Amino acid sequence: MEAFTTHTGRAVPLRRSNVDTDQIIPAHWLKKITRDGFEDGLFEAWRKDPEFVTNRPERQGATVLVAGPDFGTGSSREHAVWALQNFGFKAVISSRFADIFRGNSLKNGLLTVVLPQETVDRLWELTEADPTAEITVDLVARQVRAAGIEAEFELDDNARWRLLEGLDDISLTLQNEADIARYESARPSFKPRTIAL
Amino acid sequence: MGRTLAEKVWDDHVVRRAEGEPDLLYIDLHLLHEVTSPQAFDGLRANGRPVRRLDLTIATEDHNTPTLDIDKPIADPVSRAQLETLRKNCAEFGVRLHPLGDVEQGVVHVVGPQLGLTQPGTTVVCGDSHTSTHGAFGALAFGIGTSQVEHVLATQTLPMARPKTMAITVTGELAEGVTAKDLILAIIAKIGTGGGQGYVLEYRGEAIEKLSMEARMTICNMSIEAGARAGMIAPDRTTFDYLRGRDHAPVGEDWDAAVAYWETLRTDDDAVFDAEVVIDGSALTPFVTWGTNPGQGAPLSASVPDPASYEDPSERLAAEKALEYMGLTAGQPLRDIKVDTVFVGSCTNGRIEDLRAVAEVIKGRKVADGVRMLVVPGSVRVALQAVEEGLDKVFKEAGAEWRHAGCSMCLGMNPDQLAPGERSASTSNRNFEGRQGKGGRTHLVSPPVAAATAVLGHLASPADLTDATATATAGAR
Repeated sequence: MEAFTTHTGRAVPLRRSNVDTDQIIPAHWLKKITRDGFEDGLFEAWRKDPEFVTNRPERQGATVLVAGPDFGTGSSREHAVWALQNFGFKAVISSRFADIFRGNSLKNGLLTVVLPQETVDRLWELTEADPTAEITVDLVARQVRAAGIEAEFELDDNARWRLLEGLDDISLTLQNEADIARYESARPSFKPRTIAL
Repeated sequence: MGRTLAEKVWDDHVVRRAEGEPDLLYIDLHLLHEVTSPQAFDGLRANGRPVRRLDLTIATEDHNTPTLDIDKPIADPVSRAQLETLRKNCAEFGVRLHPLGDVEQGVVHVVGPQLGLTQPGTTVVCGDSHTSTHGAFGALAFGIGTSQVEHVLATQTLPMARPKTMAITVTGELAEGVTAKDLILAIIAKIGTGGGQGYVLEYRGEAIEKLSMEARMTICNMSIEAGARAGMIAPDRTTFDYLRGRDHAPVGEDWDAAVAYWETLRTDDDAVFDAEVVIDGSALTPFVTWGTNPGQGAPLSASVPDPASYEDPSERLAAEKALEYMGLTAGQPLRDIKVDTVFVGSCTNGRIEDLRAVAEVIKGRKVADGVRMLVVPGSVRVALQAVEEGLDKVFKEAGAEWRHAGCSMCLGMNPDQLAPGERSASTSNRNFEGRQGKGGRTHLVSPPVAAATAVLGHLASPADLTDATATATAGAR
């Protein structure tokens, strides 16, 4: 996984709540069998409108998405995270994320930052008034900074450490092989099996 | 202090617990399908890792499969390539697969329970958010992303933070004509699409205990639409009766040992939930959605709400955008909304009881002129059972299309889609913008409401169908 320490970039203010994963990446894109090439599918329906925020010339190259509450609701498709990353986003800020989307994002090094809605409102006002305004997402200090705004965010130590180091979760888990084997040897015989080995 | 059902199942699956780390949880059953697994198998290959427990893993094809001409090569080359990739991966790694054309093929969340693989007290995962369905058996079941699919394939475990627990108690008894779908839509409207975030929901109370297994699956299925990764119902006699004799249900001494364990899987009287919600089940009536998320719903007898009535500014804005997208006006009675398409199927309402409920309403009646009705069974087994009972004939005689099993129009990955601006009444689980096809408009409904809507051409419940309508509609054809 790509490590995340700190990132500074311009923002895309997205004043919508309940941005579900079907909006982030529509289902027909899910036929692809790679982790890349999803950038054109990001917000596909909304981007048909030339005035949609990501289409505005002043938003080109922006890397921090500031969205309304309940971002990433709906399906478990990790393609939603890949689409945001393929498009160029490094971090998403919202007052509330759907659980599965959040888990997926942190596994891919896309930092999802939870801030109170008042702070999201202030970030919207700032970046709408001044599209060149930059936002810094600092995982080391667990802080979001922008002109006149400084906000602490929470992320548990373990998730933060994995992100900072860009660690591979599977390798970490396999270090506990002995624990897994011990657990398996004690599983009851009535547990279901899909095939007889 | 006592423990909740979710806590008991969680505790029984902790492989490793360490201060400052998420618990490492053992996974009893891993379900795979074509859409969220290819990149996970690629990851295994890139790292030279095998599938750790082939005997706890099973795959089927559902999201991307056609529901017509399944004996012919799949027309869309991208869809075909994805299915072929699953077949290749399963062959290479040795995973049991039920492909299109196999008698056990179907929507992954219909297949697991009907094979008896979904059992009380197990942990079940799948790269699909509706994995919560399996919680109906008292399993801890949740959707995962592709990175986690790879993690489970490689290790049969997942590092997970312990969730909070929420009790959703449904008192009383559901009235005649009110289904599990109406109940779960009402629950989501009450707690909101984010209300369950961070929680495992436990549905309990008299109304829940009286539900069949299939109805319980409908309830747990839509837990994710309330933001909860998992929803559970304590296993009881109904659960055991459903499981006994199924292909993978335990037998002999194992059955007795299993039941003895399953009977312990009830929330203790002195257990404390982190949150509690109480709903009067007896007060419910048929419930439908009017907006573009599953929380935007109302009783069928109500009208489209006025966005101005919402105090929360983001909810108000969401309602305004929803009405615009849905082409509805505040104050319009929901019963006046005309539809082009009726979809019956999905992991929410694609099981045999759902098809029976639709057939009961539509028998001897006709689908209204200008309305297309698709009936898509949740699995081949469901389809065979329906044929045995003659339900397919009932649907066809009414003018509905009887299709092959799969996810179909629930998510519109295959050719079963709405055209831009088309409106559906759908027994599926998501009314998101464009979910059933670009520009399509979806109203989530129960199977009986879907059937009545198909007959009348506008949102309706079976109570709206008089004998006169039956004769008149039938005579008009």
